[in-house]
Amino acid sequence: MSASIPQPRLITTQPRKSDRVFRGIVTAGGFSSLLILGLIAIFLGFRGFEVIRTEGFRFITSSDWSISTDDAGNVLESHFGLAAMLVGTILCALTAVVIAVPISIGTSLFLNFYAPNFLKRILTTLIDLMAAFPSILFGIWGFLVLMPSAEYWAKLIHKYFGFIPLFEIKPYVVTRSPFVAGVVLAIMIIPIITSISREIYSQAPLDRIQAAYALGATKWAMIRAVVLPHGRNGVVGGAMLGLGRAMGETVAVFTVLNIVFQINWHILLGAGGNVASLIILKFGDASPYEIRALMAAGLVLFVLTLIVNALADFIVRHTSKSGR
Amino acid sequence: MSTPRPTRPWTPSLIQRLTDFLVVIVSMILAVAVVEVTPLKGKLAYLFAFFLIYIAISTVYRGMRTGSAAAKNNVVQALVAFAALVAITPIFSILFTVVSKGIKGISFGIFTRDMSLATPTDPLTSGGLLHAITGTLTLVLCALIMSVPIGILTALYLTEIRGRFTRPIRFLVQAMSGVPSIVAGLFILSAVLYPITKQYSGFMGSLALTILMIPTIARTSEEVLKLIPNDLREAGVALGGTQWRTVAMIVIPAARSGLVTAMILGIARIAGETAPLLLLTGGGDRVNPNPFSGPMGSLPYYIWKSFNAGSPEAITRAWAGLLVLLVVVFILFISARLLVNRKKA
Repeated sequence: MSASIPQPRLITTQPRKSDRVFRGIVTAGGFSSLLILGLIAIFLGFRGFEVIRTEGFRFITSSDWSISTDDAGNVLESHFGLAAMLVGTILCALTAVVIAVPISIGTSLFLNFYAPNFLKRILTTLIDLMAAFPSILFGIWGFLVLMPSAEYWAKLIHKYFGFIPLFEIKPYVVTRSPFVAGVVLAIMIIPIITSISREIYSQAPLDRIQAAYALGATKWAMIRAVVLPHGRNGVVGGAMLGLGRAMGETVAVFTVLNIVFQINWHILLGAGGNVASLIILKFGDASPYEIRALMAAGLVLFVLTLIVNALADFIVRHTSKSGR
Repeated sequence: MSTPRPTRPWTPSLIQRLTDFLVVIVSMILAVAVVEVTPLKGKLAYLFAFFLIYIAISTVYRGMRTGSAAAKNNVVQALVAFAALVAITPIFSILFTVVSKGIKGISFGIFTRDMSLATPTDPLTSGGLLHAITGTLTLVLCALIMSVPIGILTALYLTEIRGRFTRPIRFLVQAMSGVPSIVAGLFILSAVLYPITKQYSGFMGSLALTILMIPTIARTSEEVLKLIPNDLREAGVALGGTQWRTVAMIVIPAARSGLVTAMILGIARIAGETAPLLLLTGGGDRVNPNPFSGPMGSLPYYIWKSFNAGSPEAITRAWAGLLVLLVVVFILFISARLLVNRKKA
């Protein structure tokens, strides 16, 4: 009798080999976004380093953009400054947000609380469709269809509100102003902000809504007491996301904006700037050294949008945690 | 004996509807009168006069009937309806312009010819956008092959592994979706095109599009995978499946249609992307089936080039290209919608 006693099976919580491979691959995939973002920062920084070092702090405070080369292509003298473009980017994006936010909030309130059901479904679909429109479509439509009207509006604003320094036009040039670019950008970001605020307003606590109605509130009284406080942070976050999108937009701004290397805070004056458009404008006939400067400009834009998006994300997440 | 009909005190009665209608008519007439009398003019003036007068009359009417709270509500109702109208107007304007102007440039011929023997300013009977369509298809296909695995792996990491880094990764994906398209283009230019390949090609464009597409696919897939009930995963594990088998055999098949929706939304995101293609693809004028060498045309590049050429023929070409692009986006959008709805049903 030599029946061997079977060895007890080893019971373990160690994952099997296949699982370890699987988890490894998935984790690697998960970290790809970190890798890509890091590589973007490293490569743009690496290429633009030389320019940023020679220009120093002037790269973001001065506003010349000039380069002269001799016949052999050697750089004789160069000045690269982004100040005008940065001011223009912020000005256009802020104009867009100021126009888009009230319209988006109104639209999302209308969709959530006032519109009849069939209208709500149609409008929601249309606005989602608009969010999928390519930016070149907005650019060309903005240039050929919207620009004449927008310039007329600019003249009206100047006529009635010209005493406010922001709306000064000196000299009187209204074509291709930051205002026009801001209107085009506003139309592009309205779908984004609307869908975010619609989502947030639709999560307003139903028991409080019904409590407000039970106390005899009208729709507006209910919205003011329940929905708006609930959605405040989320809508701010949505507006920041729209701001980030508006700052990084290239083609739609390039078609309607007159790019001038001079700091201009007057939104109705036809001279503006935009970092992304600068890159497209100068890329075509840029020398290798100037392309390095454009890379540095891209890095600045990248960092700027990253900060705005991080803030937006922080604000939105902060809302969902505080269950008011 | 007849049973009494239930009353519905909340629905407006016939008289109320008639008076509401009357208010609209009266304010229209007044608006026209105001514009005629005062120096205001233009379509905008009619709209604003009508809007203000309508708000004033209906608010006073409501206020007299039901008090100041209802009057305030009425003002807000008119304001938000007006906001929705303003938000929706550009969509109709865009659709109308693109269709009415683009249709003139559409003929059977433009789908069979490329621009190798024509310039944008030539009459519309020569040249076409075959190279642009094949180019966009190639670019999108290459981008899809690269971004779908990465996007879905990211979504799986966020939903299945749920490690320590879930929150930072979710934030990074969010941040990546905000990367401006031109920056993605510059990155590929500096990291791949200048040091390695040194020539414009379709593949360079696809790489940039991949960067833009990954966050869309990752976020949509994450939403879809979150909806898969945990019972399914637990059932898989209870049957002795490893995590790998559970995910591959149960979770992914259950989420299949949602993952397809994620891909479609990703394609819609990049189909019209212009800026990186201007930097990277070189925009060839002939059909180029090889994404790895030679300049490659694409619909956005074709539109851009025609638009910048500026002559009436070229602008018509641009509108025709936009119409084709819009139809592509529209088809993608509708199919994504149908898939989502079928899943809900």
